[in-house]
Amino acid sequence: MVDIRIPIGLMFTIIGILISVFGFVTKSNAEMYQKSLGINVNLIMGVLMLVFGLIMLYFARRKKKA
Amino acid sequence: MKVDLSWIDYLIMIIYFLFVLGIGWFLRKFMKNANAFLEAGRSMPAWVAGLAFISTNLGALEVMGMTGSGMKYGMLTTHFYWIGAIPAMIFLALFMMPFYYGSKARSVPEFLKLRYDEKTRGLNAILFAIMTVLASGISMFALALLMKNVLGWNFNLSLWISALIVLGYTYLGGLSSAIYNEVLQFFIIVIGLLPLVFLALKDVGGWIGLKAQLAPIATARGFAPDAFTTTWKYAGEAGSNPLGVEWFGILFGLGFVLSFGYWCTNFLIVQRAFAAESKAAARKVPLIGALPKMFIPFLIIVPGIIALALSNDPGKGFTLPPSPGGGPDYNLTIIMLLKQYLPTGVLGLGITALLASFMSGMAGNVSAFNTVWTYDIYQSYIRPRTGNEEADGKHYLKVGRIATVFGILLSIGAAYIASKFGNIMDFLQTIFSLINAPLFAVIFLGMFWKRTTGHAAFTGLLAGFLLALLHHGLTIPEGATTLIKGGWIATLHTYPVEMAQNFWTAIIAFTVSTSVTVGLTFMTKQKKSDEELKGLVYSLTPRELDDSHLPWYERPVGLAILVGVICLVLTIMFW
Repeated sequence: MVDIRIPIGLMFTIIGILISVFGFVTKSNAEMYQKSLGINVNLIMGVLMLVFGLIMLYFARRKKKA
Repeated sequence: MKVDLSWIDYLIMIIYFLFVLGIGWFLRKFMKNANAFLEAGRSMPAWVAGLAFISTNLGALEVMGMTGSGMKYGMLTTHFYWIGAIPAMIFLALFMMPFYYGSKARSVPEFLKLRYDEKTRGLNAILFAIMTVLASGISMFALALLMKNVLGWNFNLSLWISALIVLGYTYLGGLSSAIYNEVLQFFIIVIGLLPLVFLALKDVGGWIGLKAQLAPIATARGFAPDAFTTTWKYAGEAGSNPLGVEWFGILFGLGFVLSFGYWCTNFLIVQRAFAAESKAAARKVPLIGALPKMFIPFLIIVPGIIALALSNDPGKGFTLPPSPGGGPDYNLTIIMLLKQYLPTGVLGLGITALLASFMSGMAGNVSAFNTVWTYDIYQSYIRPRTGNEEADGKHYLKVGRIATVFGILLSIGAAYIASKFGNIMDFLQTIFSLINAPLFAVIFLGMFWKRTTGHAAFTGLLAGFLLALLHHGLTIPEGATTLIKGGWIATLHTYPVEMAQNFWTAIIAFTVSTSVTVGLTFMTKQKKSDEELKGLVYSLTPRELDDSHLPWYERPVGLAILVGVICLVLTIMFW
């Protein structure tokens, strides 16, 4: 049918890019990150999601070739 | 208590909605007959079905409720996971799945028909159909209320939009779409809640810091200092742990009757394993689901425990809004924590995780409802198969689709009834959940004792259910103010907490059902021949094909041992 890793990979890649860019743009906004104990969680989670999304896409592609 | 969302939070939510609907849209062209639509063509790989298996269970009420329970009972809430789920999941995988899957039954009621008779199937199918609609209505109501109170959205709009999205993807792609989306939702729930756990733990100084902060709270309530951060240590006596139940109730009530009743017979869950591509894959499904299940407490219960520490620290400014009935509204624990720690961006992700958990639970209900309706009610009593397989496949596909729409409309109706008469809905849900324990007794006897007869099973099922009802009507938990909690006939016994009452209701239902079924089996004649029972009963089914050439992690037994060992280690670590 369809490899579920493709939509999962795509979605996390898109949201990951979105959140990490947002985190990067707002990184000097100390007031906003006061809630999260001064940690820029957007940047961290964004990058994590991007990596996760790309891994999913990589495995989906590798299977397709094989 | 309002949470303010900005454009990026909404954007994340919209991207998620688009993907969810997109998956349904993509799968629509594969839906050629009822088999593809209602059973996903029995084509799912084990890991996909396994994650869907656990995701269906991870509904919004589970996430909200378990975080709230974490705040109320502390680490003892993990009993609902480690002792209260894992053993049952292992049992389902190793001992029950071969007969469920091997019987070619398309639903649990249909298994009852194959093993016993028509009336047993009919009773179960009808009760199950009502129960799923009630459950999805109640969770839909809870979600819309949350969206209204916390995000300031319109109640009707949240209700209809969330229902329409679920309808959209289950109507288009059926069970495949529900399962695929459940996998996506599983990852969204985990990733969306991950920053919360991390930040909250860091804030209280890690596990050690949390323990230190909880000690004075525990002693102030008359418990040992580590009562909130241990699981079995104070289970010797009901009064000495926050849960208020002693070890026997936990072990037998929760760990055996309730959990086996839920995990091994609830079609909502088991359906995911039925959709697996082979018998071997079906046996691995519950075990693959069990691996993440064991760690979900760290995602949703630990934040609840942290909320308990925060609410006792005036410097943190963390309080739960009051519930309508008085006292803090524990169901709001998770959303108040999201508000406390997450800035715009990941906040949207956290809210999306809650929406995803709602959708996975709801889609589970809907896809189980339409299967039971189409196969066990419509096909059995309204329009039986004609023999023309192709025409039938198309016809029942249409019926399945219409049932999907109706299931959702009925749930919406139930949600509105819940908003007007919430107590009545809670009551009905309690009543219908009483069916699980007797059902487990009957299916278990059917699978492992070839003599068990249809008349005995039917009577056992009914007797267990009625006796459980009677017990609920005759007992109340301490301090109950409404008859919904029990005692609507008379009050013969008062339980210290509601949980104890629930456990005992289930224990009675199971015991009665088992004894009645066994007793009547000796008095009635087995109408099914051994040949008919082949593949349905343990002693009459040829042994499994040899799988010893596979590596251990590909074998159900190997996986089961791994799951069991990890669960044991976790239990000991947090003893």
